[in-house]
Amino acid sequence: MKFGVLVFPGSNCDHDAYHALKHIHGTETRFIWHKESSLGDVDAVIVPGGFSYGDYLRSGAIARFSPVMNAVADFAAKGGPVLGICNGFQILLEARLLPGTMMANEHLRFTCKQVLLKTESHQTPFTSKVPENTLLEIPVAHGEGNYYAEKELLKELEDQDQIIFRYVNAQGDTVPEANPNGSVSNIAGICNKARNVVGMMPHPERAVEKSLGSEDGRYLFESVINHITYSL
Amino acid sequence: MQVEIVITLRESILDPKGKASHHALENLGFKDISGVRIGKFIQLDVDTDQPEKARQLAEKACEKLLANTVMENYEIRIPDNA
Repeated sequence: MKFGVLVFPGSNCDHDAYHALKHIHGTETRFIWHKESSLGDVDAVIVPGGFSYGDYLRSGAIARFSPVMNAVADFAAKGGPVLGICNGFQILLEARLLPGTMMANEHLRFTCKQVLLKTESHQTPFTSKVPENTLLEIPVAHGEGNYYAEKELLKELEDQDQIIFRYVNAQGDTVPEANPNGSVSNIAGICNKARNVVGMMPHPERAVEKSLGSEDGRYLFESVINHITYSL
Repeated sequence: MQVEIVITLRESILDPKGKASHHALENLGFKDISGVRIGKFIQLDVDTDQPEKARQLAEKACEKLLANTVMENYEIRIPDNA
């Protein structure tokens, strides 16, 4: 089983993702530089957070045209699991591998804090092993995480069960106070129609050890490891 | 020749930078400014002297990269003296 972590100029959570996969979960993991045109023989791809290309123009707008993104699109089209975290989510949106768009946080501030997530669907490679009825405590760290979808798209996402995570309070309720960025419908993560591509603003790779304040991020990596194990 | 592109957020999209700037202007006493929208200005140097060709190229560049048409509008301007 092999994981690939993409590296763009300006990625800064690539090493965190590598650490989570390689050292915490003990899987073979390698970095894939954005100029590579092939992913090699990896079984899953992480598009990590950071500030690819300095967020110039729009977050993720330039990174999506990196050579490696063609390979990611091919990999995704064949059903390969792809997880975009934070800036990685933004890149997947710009690449149209996921629907919708990202705007600046409603209150205009960069927000770095622990949030609570409700897993709305376990039907993805990254959420299948998240325990039922358990809220995940995972940090967010972003200035542009205000997910936006027009009414029709939002309805489609809901109808197709493509909303994967929502920001909630300690009671598990989707309330405005639990929303750190103004995202429509408190959306923190979504998947594509085929369900193999997932994007989320919170950072599961920063919640894999007690010393980091939470280990809830592990569930996502355990899920995909399990998914790959059974598909190999 | 030069082509100018102005990118703005679509009307339906909240523009927090514009809103914050508007509040600041109101606080400074600019009572007659009823709205502020903040966008981007992009200047392209295009290797042609045919305005129509330059416009088409700029449009392609906007659709492909410069604007996110899900949330942004773009306006292409060719300066009069071109």
